[in-house]
Amino acid sequence: MEIMYLLVPVSVLLVFGIAAAFWWSVKSGQFDDLEGPGFRILMDDDRPKAAGQIPEVGEKPRKV
Amino acid sequence: MSETQTTYNYKVVRQFTVMTVIWGIVGMLVGVIIAAQLVWPELNFGPWLHFGRLRPLHTNAVIFAFGGCALFATSYWCVQRTCHTRLWGGPLIPLTFWGWQIIIVLAAVTLPLGLTTGKEYAELEWPIDILVTVVWVSYAIVFFGTIAKRTVSHIYVANWFFGAMIIAVALLHLGNSCEIPVSFVKSYSCYAGAQDAMVQWWYGHNAVGFFLTAGFLGMMYYFVPKQAGRPVYSYRLSVVHFWALIFTYMWAGPHHLHYTALPDWTQSVGMIFSLILLAPSWGGMINGIMTLSGAWNKLRDDPILKFLITSLSFYGMSTFEGPMMSVKTVNALSHYTDWTVGHVHSGALGWVAMVSIGSVYYLLPRLFGKQEMYSTKLITVHFWVATIGVVLYIASMWVAGVMQGLMWRAVNADGTLAYSFVEAVKGSYPFWAIRVLGGVLFLGGMLIMAYNMFKTIAGGNTQDVPVVAAAAHHA
Repeated sequence: MEIMYLLVPVSVLLVFGIAAAFWWSVKSGQFDDLEGPGFRILMDDDRPKAAGQIPEVGEKPRKV
Repeated sequence: MSETQTTYNYKVVRQFTVMTVIWGIVGMLVGVIIAAQLVWPELNFGPWLHFGRLRPLHTNAVIFAFGGCALFATSYWCVQRTCHTRLWGGPLIPLTFWGWQIIIVLAAVTLPLGLTTGKEYAELEWPIDILVTVVWVSYAIVFFGTIAKRTVSHIYVANWFFGAMIIAVALLHLGNSCEIPVSFVKSYSCYAGAQDAMVQWWYGHNAVGFFLTAGFLGMMYYFVPKQAGRPVYSYRLSVVHFWALIFTYMWAGPHHLHYTALPDWTQSVGMIFSLILLAPSWGGMINGIMTLSGAWNKLRDDPILKFLITSLSFYGMSTFEGPMMSVKTVNALSHYTDWTVGHVHSGALGWVAMVSIGSVYYLLPRLFGKQEMYSTKLITVHFWVATIGVVLYIASMWVAGVMQGLMWRAVNADGTLAYSFVEAVKGSYPFWAIRVLGGVLFLGGMLIMAYNMFKTIAGGNTQDVPVVAAAAHHA
């Protein structure tokens, strides 16, 4: 199974890559708040406004 | 909440969303045809429409055309909305759409012609493989470019799943598609024998893991909370889910090669990693379903939520079934039978298709300036037709599969086989007929969806809407 000499190093490299991404995300504060981001995507009103209208600046989000 | 001048790029999302439904119908129609061919072999017309050539067309169409378009559409929507910025990448954006459509058409032409590498889920010949690479790299540039210019510091968990999917699929495609061309339409794999099988299933299972799981989990983590109007049950768990899944996924592939020429220890490693995967999979499934905790009543009259939550139930079911089937003693019974086909479709129809359908129903009105879909009632009809279809499909395959496994292994007192192979085939006919019915129902649901979609689009407004500035952070 010589193929393992390719697949195992690839996996090891990948794990290091993932670990680096994890390290970066912790260091850069991605996980400082583990509650807020869940709510924040809901504070993004994507319902189209009344037909064909561009929303005005400062318009309140509509209730859905 | 204030608005800025730039708009979101809805055009590409619209294109991919509509094509998701179109390719869904095409891919599932081919599926129904090949299911019917197993019941009525007379339906194999000539070499081009033979089961052996249509089957890879079916798998490629539903995975890469239907599933792929759904992933492009939802990831492009999610990354723009959650990063509060317009999609980045200029001409690369339409390139991903048109390039992907050309690849699908080329697949639909070359596979019935018999031009294939013979590697499951990677049948396309080398010139198309190169095209796939170009489109996929463009996709990565667009996606990560958009992440890089986000106007909020946090990267929402769904984007992590989409991002992991993009990187992993690039790596798998490059690794598995290593081939030596002998002509414009024929190539041979760089690897040989059991080595090739190992690489093939390293690719094959991780394609399931990253293309059909991680990507669609990204979809789930965005569209379930949005449709429910509630944050995901535990954001903390979603982050743990992500890292646990990507750290442990890569080595499940050998469970496709139990009792083959692959070394025993490799098979056992594959089995152990498959069992480990149960934990993150169920963590994610529970997290998604519990998002509705305290608001279960929403499930009663919102058919889009019905689709999304049912998809998670099927996800839970198939991610329990999968690790069980990877256990070597179970696999000795299930391998090469229709049980495997049933398992795949409980994941593919129940999870992947249903979560995509729910997300597409969420997107369509928003993309075409409508308040809601043309008919909510038709979504409900679609939901029940599809659910009954999936249940018929997987239940018939379970019964057929276990029956086949038991018949193949049954021996007489003198050690000879109790049944010939054709007896198991004969016994499978009624279940294959039930499968056709299940497939027809699921396809029928897609046709209802298409009608509803075109009615929603008619007279719709396709103006791009301005980018919404992020809500203020609360310290």
